[in-house]
Amino acid sequence: MSDYQNPMKGSPLEVKVISGRFHLPNSTSIDIYLAHDGYKALEKAFQMGPEAVINEVKNSQLRGRGGAGFNTGLKWSFVPKQSDKPKYVACNADESEPATCKDRPLMEYDPHQLIEGNIIAGYAIGSHQGYIFIRGEYRYLMEIVDRAIAEAYARGYLGKNIQGSGFDFDLCTHTGAGAYECGEETALLNSLEGLRGYPRVKPPFPAVVGVYGCPTVVNNVETLCCVSHIVLKGADWFAGLGTPKNGGTRLFCLSGHINRPGVYELPMGFPLRRLIEEVGGGVLGGRKLKAVIPGGSSCPVLTADEIDVPMDFDSLAKIGSMLGSGGVVMIDDETCMVKVAQRIMKFYAHESCGWCIPCREGTAWLKSLLDRLHGGEGLPGDPDTALDVSYNMLGKTLCPLGDAAAMPTISIVNRFRREFDEHVKLGECPFERTAVAV
Amino acid sequence: MLSEALQKRFDEVIGRYPLKRSAIVPLLLFAQDEIGYITDEAIQEIARRVEVRPIEVIEDIGYYSMLHRRPIGKYNFQVCTNVSCQLRGAEGILTHCSKRLGIGHKQTTPDGLFSLEEVECIGACCGAPAMQVNYDFYENLTPERVDRLIAELKKDGGSPLGTGDSARS
Repeated sequence: MSDYQNPMKGSPLEVKVISGRFHLPNSTSIDIYLAHDGYKALEKAFQMGPEAVINEVKNSQLRGRGGAGFNTGLKWSFVPKQSDKPKYVACNADESEPATCKDRPLMEYDPHQLIEGNIIAGYAIGSHQGYIFIRGEYRYLMEIVDRAIAEAYARGYLGKNIQGSGFDFDLCTHTGAGAYECGEETALLNSLEGLRGYPRVKPPFPAVVGVYGCPTVVNNVETLCCVSHIVLKGADWFAGLGTPKNGGTRLFCLSGHINRPGVYELPMGFPLRRLIEEVGGGVLGGRKLKAVIPGGSSCPVLTADEIDVPMDFDSLAKIGSMLGSGGVVMIDDETCMVKVAQRIMKFYAHESCGWCIPCREGTAWLKSLLDRLHGGEGLPGDPDTALDVSYNMLGKTLCPLGDAAAMPTISIVNRFRREFDEHVKLGECPFERTAVAV
Repeated sequence: MLSEALQKRFDEVIGRYPLKRSAIVPLLLFAQDEIGYITDEAIQEIARRVEVRPIEVIEDIGYYSMLHRRPIGKYNFQVCTNVSCQLRGAEGILTHCSKRLGIGHKQTTPDGLFSLEEVECIGACCGAPAMQVNYDFYENLTPERVDRLIAELKKDGGSPLGTGDSARS
């Protein structure tokens, strides 16, 4: 028997929509899926027609779960109705944002839900081919999804004339091979074309000029997993689960200094404080909370005083951060924030694709500056230099990786300035304990 | 020579795309899975099949971090030290692996059995600290669990501690 643990730890506060089938024995099989409302939404979508499906998804207030939070139905509506070229669905399963591990259980325990979402997206925009771009490290998940795709073909849910509808849709997986940048939608498209994963200039947006120069919708795994539920139960029901303009639920990945790390499905807008204290069981070892990364390492960090915030796109934007990809990291008061900033920058410096100079140079310089600061060799002007470099990256790159590196740095320097100055003054890290094994 | 099974897989994968070169990265990874690393021959063969120049295949290899041009150990320890893992003691796990295996970052043991690599987030944040050995995930690591894993890999070539095929069924 495997010692490997299901990341879905469970909480009575959960509202299970897209994780609703995870607990079923043999949940990946098409028979189990069919016995629990599987592929019913597809049938309904065929009756509704593409236009009505797009409107339903638009009205459901489903917003992109990869992090950008754009209204999914609206994104679909940008795809030209009439096109001489074929259209494509590209599902982004390149989950690589640090602290994010929610697409894993979605593929591991309910691959057909994802497949159905892909087919409905294809039907809505008039596409007949979808690709699920899975990060190379997720090989075992690709195998699970591949098996499910084969089952769907065998039962007539993929391929020609799906269930007698006259609609054709082919779907396959595509493996990445290790590159965070490929999670950015235009870099993903280049990678899917067999090129290096460099971002493209937008506009044109992928909805008009995507993979192979054809109209393409790029949607995150979690986003597409919501679609069948919206079609089946209606836009109003889905929108009503969350807060205004933030429909549905969200898979939150609690990690770091928390008693019950895990992936939990909660309504959009769930209060961060309750997420930490009630769902996650509070800060590890009863220690005090110092900071929270609310949605993956790209997001500006929050201090312990800022956790009375509903976890939805607009509420976090209002306080200067982001809901991002749902990766919530708790950081206790014994942690050195300079070291956190340093580790985050090491990541972005490693992953910067090098295409845009502000990002390529900025991340490398920030990394060496933060290394020096944490190593006790920082100069009095270093914290300001870190801010200066970061502000010069913001908004100056083709893709958001430059911003993703700058934003957490700015927030950490500004909110924890004293720790930076202390490193400079002492000539060493004031935190003896930096990463004690628990 | 690439095996018959691999050749067949190449055909199947290339057939998925309207543009053959889309298959480059998957083919490289599947070739590496079989051979252990990306050989000159594999590059030539992939270039020929997807109808690009070999330099275009090499260009991709330099970009994607999972692809390598030199043989590595049979068991590649990829220890995540990104923020969620770091907060739960990943640096200690990396040091422990390094000590036990007697190798550092991107090195291989002389017997060719183990390699070690410090990697970026692998998506196992809720099971931190975590690592992958080849494609299998090992989570909630402690020095003791690492020791057990190394012993089991040496003895049985697998371990029920992870997500491997033997473990999942």
